[in-house]
Amino acid sequence: MDFPILLTILLAPIAAALILVFVPKEENLTIRSVAAAGTFVSLALSLYAYFTYDQSVGGLQFAMQIPWIQDLGVTFFLAADGISLPMLLLTNLIGFSAVFASWNINSRPREFFILLLLLIAGVMGTFIAHDLFIFLLFYEVVVIPIYIMVVIWGSSKRVTKEYAGMKLTIYLLIGSAFLLVGVIALFVKTSAMSGVPDMSFTGMAVVARQLSGFDQIWLFGLMLLGFGSLISMWPFHSWSPDGYAGAPTAVSMIHAGVLKKIGGYGLVKIAVFMLPAGAAFWAPYMAVLGVAGVAYAAMGALAQKDLKYVVGYSSVSHMGYVILAVACLNVIGLNGAVANMFAHGVMAALFFSMIGFIYEKTHTRWIPDMGGLARQTPRLAVGFMMAAMASLGLPGLISFIPEFTIFIGAFDVYGGLAVVGIAGIIITALYVLRAGANTLFGPPRPEYNHLKDIRGPEMVPLIVLGTVLVVGGLLPSLLFDMINSGVVPLHAAISDALQLGGKF
Amino acid sequence: MTPFDFSIPINPSALTLEMLVAALGLGILILGIISPKGARSGLGWVSFLGLMGIIGVAITMWGQSGELLAGMYLLDNYALFWKITFMVAAALVILGNMRYVDKVGNQAEYYSLTIFATLGMMVMASAGDLMTLYLGLELMTIAFVILVCLRKTDNKSVEAGMKYILLAGMSSAVLLYGLSLLYGLTGSVIMLDISRIIAMQPVSPALVLALVMIIAGLGFKISAVPFHMWSPDVYEGAPTPVTSFLSMGSKAASFAIILRLFITALPGVWENWAMVIAILAGITIIIGNLVAMPQTNIKRLLAYSSIAQAGYIMVGMVTASEAGIKGVMFYAFLYVFATAGAFTVAAYFYNVTGSDELKDYAGLSQRSPLMAAVMLVALLSMAGIPPLAGFVGKFYLFKTIVDGYLWLVFIGLIMSMVSVYYYLRVALVMYRDEPKDPSPINVSGPVTVTLILTMLVTLIIGIYPGPLSEVVNSAAHSFFLH
Repeated sequence: MDFPILLTILLAPIAAALILVFVPKEENLTIRSVAAAGTFVSLALSLYAYFTYDQSVGGLQFAMQIPWIQDLGVTFFLAADGISLPMLLLTNLIGFSAVFASWNINSRPREFFILLLLLIAGVMGTFIAHDLFIFLLFYEVVVIPIYIMVVIWGSSKRVTKEYAGMKLTIYLLIGSAFLLVGVIALFVKTSAMSGVPDMSFTGMAVVARQLSGFDQIWLFGLMLLGFGSLISMWPFHSWSPDGYAGAPTAVSMIHAGVLKKIGGYGLVKIAVFMLPAGAAFWAPYMAVLGVAGVAYAAMGALAQKDLKYVVGYSSVSHMGYVILAVACLNVIGLNGAVANMFAHGVMAALFFSMIGFIYEKTHTRWIPDMGGLARQTPRLAVGFMMAAMASLGLPGLISFIPEFTIFIGAFDVYGGLAVVGIAGIIITALYVLRAGANTLFGPPRPEYNHLKDIRGPEMVPLIVLGTVLVVGGLLPSLLFDMINSGVVPLHAAISDALQLGGKF
Repeated sequence: MTPFDFSIPINPSALTLEMLVAALGLGILILGIISPKGARSGLGWVSFLGLMGIIGVAITMWGQSGELLAGMYLLDNYALFWKITFMVAAALVILGNMRYVDKVGNQAEYYSLTIFATLGMMVMASAGDLMTLYLGLELMTIAFVILVCLRKTDNKSVEAGMKYILLAGMSSAVLLYGLSLLYGLTGSVIMLDISRIIAMQPVSPALVLALVMIIAGLGFKISAVPFHMWSPDVYEGAPTPVTSFLSMGSKAASFAIILRLFITALPGVWENWAMVIAILAGITIIIGNLVAMPQTNIKRLLAYSSIAQAGYIMVGMVTASEAGIKGVMFYAFLYVFATAGAFTVAAYFYNVTGSDELKDYAGLSQRSPLMAAVMLVALLSMAGIPPLAGFVGKFYLFKTIVDGYLWLVFIGLIMSMVSVYYYLRVALVMYRDEPKDPSPINVSGPVTVTLILTMLVTLIIGIYPGPLSEVVNSAAHSFFLH
């Protein structure tokens, strides 16, 4: 067998967490270095995997398969394709940056980094698992560390951190309860149909696509509820702004950056892939909900004065585009959906890390109290503005092409709805620019003159994520060729069923 | 129906396990009398090692099958799996609570009664007729009654004992009345005969009455709603190790016998009752979880959560299929480890601080990271959060009822997510709050072993359930071979 690269990527943070258990809790620098080393190994290996993936061959690569539970047909199946690799890379980019964004955590750092590493490993697991059961094992691992991190290291401003943490957790768990019902029913129905239980994505999908239209519709509906509440689909989004506001910086980064994307990834790689007829039925509703989310959350962001709430609502709004794109069910739309998840992940993580530093230094997130931080902390301002510009889709930064792609795909299918969605960009520009102007470019306030700009380890998130923002914007083919190599075969597998659905 | 033919030679080696356990219990009792007071704390080790030895013997007997005394006593992998589960539960309870027991005193009585209760459960697992069933049940119950009021000077403990003996007596009476009706209708106490005779009769009102009484009597033992009222009071008052054993052993044994009684003796009738059991399971899950939410005492919280857990296990009974039986056994096994973990922490915590109140758990993660982690893992496993064992268990249970009882799947899974609310409240107190008394808690050797063992098993079954699943499959399969 070849070098198990995916397994190593997955286990590196877990190994680092195990080492941390035995590090004395006063050794602050050692603790941070171990955490950074663990995430660095994963990041380096996933970069290696990303660039050695053979796009001309496509399909699942770096696969490893171990029979796991025989009577459920479960195999421990790790593999990556053109859709999962960008998400894996994204996770590690953000995970690595999150360690440095949390460099200044001084209360109980050992526990913090152990939980953070477990969280990162859990998120990665969902993107490389190619078996529905293994996917589920990772899917909820992440919820509990997040809860504990929010209640210990979170902040209580508009809502208490206890409220934020519990709301986040219960919302996502109830959503996943529906998902679980769907998965169990799907498993029972497919294994009754084929006689041989098989929970690997491909094996299950072959059988699942033959299910009756009615079965596909209600099963897809359950999955849409589960994945939809994770990707903060309107009207199941309300955990998102509150949760991000209460969470510590690293959790906001990972949550908004990648965890949410598990919802979109699950929709594409599980729900649409396995139940295309169900997808065809629900697509128009998804499109409406997506656009409603874009418009509603953008308006919501307009009214916020707390920086984290602005970005929280903005991320709900951006996820609306992803849902609209998935609902197109064509190659262009799916490409745009995955690319936009990547782009938004980088941008949101950069945003939250900069806000985290601002809060750490000024002890406020209240926009009117900021004044003109650009004078006092110029590097911080650079990072903030890069994220802001990416958020409104400035050409040359990473999110322009994905959004453009989504609009092309959506206009084709939904016409008028897409126009409403595109109009959301104007509102986005409005709230992002206003937040930037009032935070960075107003009259400088004397009480912030003593602030130290970000430096040393604090620069890492800006450098890592900022580089990706620019490179992804200038060389979009790096991202799109990869995604396309995953989306095309996926779409080919479901296109027959989509035409049979006869919806379009 | 044939009268017992006592000329059938009995192969005594078939009863090896039961005889060994009885000998161990008696041995402990005698050792307790002849050993000086200071040496009695060693009795825990004798019982633990004895049980481990017997578990070893039990594993070598895997695959045995047969009947003794014309079906009075059934031997199969099903019974053997349960017996191992009970002994594991007893061994964990003994290993994790030696210091607690030394504090209470009466070590010899405590250990021997625990072992006799285990013996009762083992008899239940093998019972092939109604008399054996009742014999095992009462052996277990009487041992528990004494155990519950072991802290003789503590009013709460004595009160719990009184409650338990009165209510258990009543439920036994109801059960016995149901069993006697069944005997009256069929003229037999042997389950295999009963099933043959019932199949030839139309369903009579008397049979319905008998079933209602049997469900009520056994529903008491598994504390299914609406027969659950006793359990929070008894759980709170009893010494914590006893509570722990009561909630896992007694419950598991009752499930073993319910499956045997209903599926072996009353298979044809079952179809009409599946819906009743499904509704009872749904109510038990809902009430158990909802009432657990406002609890402020850790033992009461665990009591209500164990009511909800019984509801989940009942889900596996609904279809009366091999897959359902498998689900019940799988869940019961992992439930033993989760419960043992949570209660060992509670007992040890009580030992150190003298409190069972949730608010006193503040900052436990800083005083003893191990105890806090084990408590969290145990509770989350009960909630069914992957990658812990409870998730796989629920998967096995709920997959049996997707066809026909989809509403129960919804209730079960949504309520298990709701239950996270109160489990996380425990986590909140343990992890967020600063301890009032920051002195670290030193966990003694055997307790550390118990805690790490329960946590590891819960994790490993959750991540790699394959081997256990195979074993349980074979056990469930043997159920239908008689």
